[in-house]
Amino acid sequence: MKEKPIGPLPLDAPVPGSSFTDLLTSMGAAPDMTIPPGAHPVSAPEGTTVLALRHQGGVIMAGDRRATEGHLVAHRRIRKVFPADGYSAVAIAGVAGLAMDMVKLFQVELEHYEKIEGIRLSLEGKASFLARLVRGQLPMAFQGLVVVPIFAGYDDREGRGRVYTFDVVGGRYEETDFGSTGSGSRLAKSYLRTAYEDDMTPEAAMALAVNALVAASSEDTGTGAPDLMRGILPNIVRIEADGVSEVPDEEIYPLAADAVENVR
Amino acid sequence: MSIPFYVAPEQLVRDKAEFARKGIARGRSIVAVDYAEGVLILAENPSTALHKISEVYDRIAFAGVGRYNEFETLRKAGIRQADLMGYLYSREDVTAMGLATAFAQTLGVIFIRDPKPYEVEILLAEISEDGNEHRLFRVTYDGTLFDERKYVAIGGKADQLTEALGNIWSEKMTIQQAYDAGVEAFRLAEGRESEGWEVAVLDGGNGRRAFRRLDPGELASE
Repeated sequence: MKEKPIGPLPLDAPVPGSSFTDLLTSMGAAPDMTIPPGAHPVSAPEGTTVLALRHQGGVIMAGDRRATEGHLVAHRRIRKVFPADGYSAVAIAGVAGLAMDMVKLFQVELEHYEKIEGIRLSLEGKASFLARLVRGQLPMAFQGLVVVPIFAGYDDREGRGRVYTFDVVGGRYEETDFGSTGSGSRLAKSYLRTAYEDDMTPEAAMALAVNALVAASSEDTGTGAPDLMRGILPNIVRIEADGVSEVPDEEIYPLAADAVENVR
Repeated sequence: MSIPFYVAPEQLVRDKAEFARKGIARGRSIVAVDYAEGVLILAENPSTALHKISEVYDRIAFAGVGRYNEFETLRKAGIRQADLMGYLYSREDVTAMGLATAFAQTLGVIFIRDPKPYEVEILLAEISEDGNEHRLFRVTYDGTLFDERKYVAIGGKADQLTEALGNIWSEKMTIQQAYDAGVEAFRLAEGRESEGWEVAVLDGGNGRRAFRRLDPGELASE
């Protein structure tokens, strides 16, 4: 018989002891991913195009700001690119509510591991854990509630930025140059494929990322173009050897203005 | 089944307390010192691999003296509790006060219920959002909770360290001054050279995660 826990602190560790997600599961507090038999699909806002590309000093990750529900724009200023910890970032496409929950859990998981073990997970370890979270969504995916992230980080053991893409069943693929996911990802990828160069500067990579998003938005209704009047600009996160930083709007504005000009 | 001998509760508690105190007195002590932008925690620790000071949450740090496996169990439980609260509610709902109470209750139950009490003493430090207001908590082996100001010491030499810090501590110190004050307090309390320092701060200037380990080599004065 299992002994009752002592006092209010969770002294008993889940196995493995350093995983926050397993702690949640062991306490019965993990999000329920099962769907009752015969349930009808529901409609929920979906995030659209995000991308990541490697450059000489690391990775740039960028995303538009739109969420759609069917043919409607559900949100204009949603955030789809998030720092995951000090040296990696995650971007999401698919059902926004589930995806943001996944990001939150992923962020807590990485920090929890780091605090418990006193050392950060390897980049490969982080990507592999994210794949497990995506795989956990599979029952939802069968109902059309799909979440597909991309993950990028700076691998200090190898001294370079790395980009990972995923598929709906939790397959994990490392990309050599760039990756994209979401409704406009094909358009963004074809733009990137023609314009991508090895060893770009971070600045050139940022400009390219914004151009690719604008190119996607011009043909995909799900992808929001930068709205210079309202100040709705893409989110950009830089990941380099000294860590993750969010690019401020003042730096993105001229890039977005140029990109909108170019597309005409 | 044999009937156990009757032991008076006073006797039982006294014996357990004495046992725990002896265990704690064998270990080295830790101080936490309030300075202008945060709290500095200084531990005498010859090992560079086994830490006594650790990050618990955004603005909360933990330090423990006594048996390593016991305060390590408590440290991990504290991190679990903090991360659970922050995930289920909001990051700002995690407070040192709440954690300290949980540590106190847990240690109190272990002290009464288990044949062997934990031979540990725990310190929790917290800085406010702007870094101006600091809180220090001390929890003893039997679950007694103390709310401290300005500085606090735990471990075998806690009384001597507190007395020494009382004479040295001043308001609005820099990190360097806080470190020097801690080192001086140890010198006065222990009357010998340290075998190695472990230093960490909670500093308002560090962003969301205020905890940083510092290299004692960089701080060493003179």
